[in-house]
Amino acid sequence: MTDTTTARTIDRSHMQVSDEVAIEISDMNKWYGAFHVLRDIDLTVYRGERIVICGPSGSGKSTLIRCINRLEEHQAGRIVVDGTELSSDLKNIDKIRSEVGMCFQHFNLFPHLTILENCTLAPIWVRKTPKREAEEIAMHFLEKVKIPEQAHKYPGQLSGGQQQRVAIARSLCMKPRIMLFDEPTSALDPEMIKEVLDTMIELAEEGMTMLCVTHEMGFARQVANRVIFMDQGQIVEQNEPEAFFKAPKSDRTKLFLSQILGH
Amino acid sequence: MSDTHAQTVSFVRESMIPQSPPPTGNRGAVLWLRENLFSGWLNILLTLVSLYVIWWALAHTMPWVFNGIWNAGSLSECREIRNATMGEGSSAACWAVLGDRWQQLMFGFYPRELYWRPVLALVIFLAAIAPVLFAQMPRRALWFTALSPFVMFWLLWGGSVWFPVSVGLGFVLGWAAWRALAPLAGNLVAVIVAALLPVIYWLYSAGPLARELEQAVALSIEYVPSQDFGGFMLSFIIGIAGIILSLPLGILLALGRQSDLFIINKISVGFIEIIRGVPLIVWLFTASLLLNYFLPPGTNFDLMLRVIIMVTLFAAAYIAEVVRGGLAALPKGQYEAADALGLDYWKAMRLIILPQALKISIPGIVNTFIGLFKDTTLVVFIGLFDPIGLSNAIRASVEWNGIYWELFVFIGLLFFICCFSMSRYSLYLEKKLQRGHK
Ligand SMILES: Nc1ncnc2c1ncn2[C@@H]1O[C@H](COP(=O)(O)OP(=O)(O)OP(=O)(O)O)[C@@H](O)[C@H]1O
Ligand SMILES: [Mg+2]
Repeated sequence: MTDTTTARTIDRSHMQVSDEVAIEISDMNKWYGAFHVLRDIDLTVYRGERIVICGPSGSGKSTLIRCINRLEEHQAGRIVVDGTELSSDLKNIDKIRSEVGMCFQHFNLFPHLTILENCTLAPIWVRKTPKREAEEIAMHFLEKVKIPEQAHKYPGQLSGGQQQRVAIARSLCMKPRIMLFDEPTSALDPEMIKEVLDTMIELAEEGMTMLCVTHEMGFARQVANRVIFMDQGQIVEQNEPEAFFKAPKSDRTKLFLSQILGH
Repeated sequence: MSDTHAQTVSFVRESMIPQSPPPTGNRGAVLWLRENLFSGWLNILLTLVSLYVIWWALAHTMPWVFNGIWNAGSLSECREIRNATMGEGSSAACWAVLGDRWQQLMFGFYPRELYWRPVLALVIFLAAIAPVLFAQMPRRALWFTALSPFVMFWLLWGGSVWFPVSVGLGFVLGWAAWRALAPLAGNLVAVIVAALLPVIYWLYSAGPLARELEQAVALSIEYVPSQDFGGFMLSFIIGIAGIILSLPLGILLALGRQSDLFIINKISVGFIEIIRGVPLIVWLFTASLLLNYFLPPGTNFDLMLRVIIMVTLFAAAYIAEVVRGGLAALPKGQYEAADALGLDYWKAMRLIILPQALKISIPGIVNTFIGLFKDTTLVVFIGLFDPIGLSNAIRASVEWNGIYWELFVFIGLLFFICCFSMSRYSLYLEKKLQRGHK
């Protein structure tokens, strides 16, 4: 809802979109009982893309990105992630989940483990990385999100912004090829929003493929190469940020933008 | 200190004056009394009434307790001593019965010369449980814990050492099967085989194997049949075995009840509801009478073992519900985060969900354990000699005919000590975990 723009200039040297397909969603539909949440979604994400998904509450944004790592099951159509199709085959699901990182609105850190343990858990138990090595990797990413000194604290002792950065580091420790963000800043105070966005910008600068549900339009302008607008379970419009904000095509997009950007 | 200050500061206080207490009447006990017990007419009245009630209760019980007679051979001898020293009809307990019969209250009819065996088993139990209860103990001590049930079993019942060894081999067998199959045939198959193989082994091969080994190398101590077990020893064995076995079973049932798999879900729900919906005493009678009809003829299934199984199942149903409460209290985000990181179901449960859910459930779990431990006294109704059963037996003897209170006070006190320690431990554990992750 806020328009937090970062003062820094963005280093675009590594932000290249290749023509290799990272995620391919075709003709995908999902229902909750009789309620049709997602309708005929077609979306191709190329490696290196930074996509921002926006839309009114209840439009199905979370559901869409949660389908990509099978936190939700789709009922019709195809989703192919990194060449692996999502089906009920548990092996495929585990493979995709360990290659797709996800950050949630409410961080979802494990409160009974220290920050370091939060970060080493999945590498040790899923990737079978030796503990020593996993800790080194974890410290590397904690340094990257600028909180190595908190490594031995528990999540409850950190601020919201710090917790979200830990959550990002935790995902990065699995060396994912794609990152999904579901409103990572909407539970945070304005000062903390910036520190989390900065972390995400850095990630984008390194060429990470990112799908990000957010209402941070400043972030969308600066970082995204494509903005997707969803309403009532459909992708209504998608475009480069410049064009998307300047000249939205559909009325629904215009209405939404006028509400979110203010008068 | 004073050197550096000498040139720059003209006066530095060298020693601090200790804090002085506030004036009398404003501090400590007096203040507390004034504020809490005598602040206003109503409070003064209530305080006085309460004091009177307490005094009255103590005045009637304390002489009985402290005038108690410790040296006598029978109840009538007690009475004679009392009449001679304190006068006819005065109130005095006859604690002599405890001195005379404490061995029976503790061990039942276990052979006297073998008392060291249950005592040693208790020591081993305490040593084995310590690393589980207190995380400060070295982790390697858990190997001792894993072996201790077999040692304790052997000490208590005696017989050939090869019997517990061959039973223990069943677990090794299951573990080996799981290790060998898991990479080849997948988790589910491996788990099923690892569960079935030991059972088949125990039913058909464990007994003969133990006999063969005994013939090859005879190593046995005197066998004590279950009928001779009694007293607190019996309560402890049933209670502790029930507690240790019911926790994992209860957790599995709770997970089963949450499961999306139709059959597992329905079996868990059915099991929990049926076991919980019927009084324990009915299950104990079932154990003592009916189970023999269901078992193949000729199997002689130890009554104590049957009781332990029933008590375990009963407690497990309660634990399952307590743990389910803990599972339900966790935010959905914890499950999702675990899934999103690629942890499979069992890893997510073991590493993320259960540690948190069990922490929430500690008070309820310990509550169930305390209930289970006290419920072991119900076995008196199926003819086992728990402490209550023994108090009946003691009263049936000529010397101690007519003695009630002394025995019940003693039994109550021992149970209280055990249950109270469990409750204190649960508080300690909660506090410790609270400090760990706030
Ligand atoms: N588990 C569920 N069962 C039934 N309906 C659901 C479920 N989860 C979401 N919905 C419905 O699906 C629709 C889309 O939900 P979703 O969470 O994807 O919206 P969203 O675009 O992320 O909204 P927000 O901006 O509020 O997060 C909503 O109408 C919601 O009520
Ligand atoms: Mg949402």
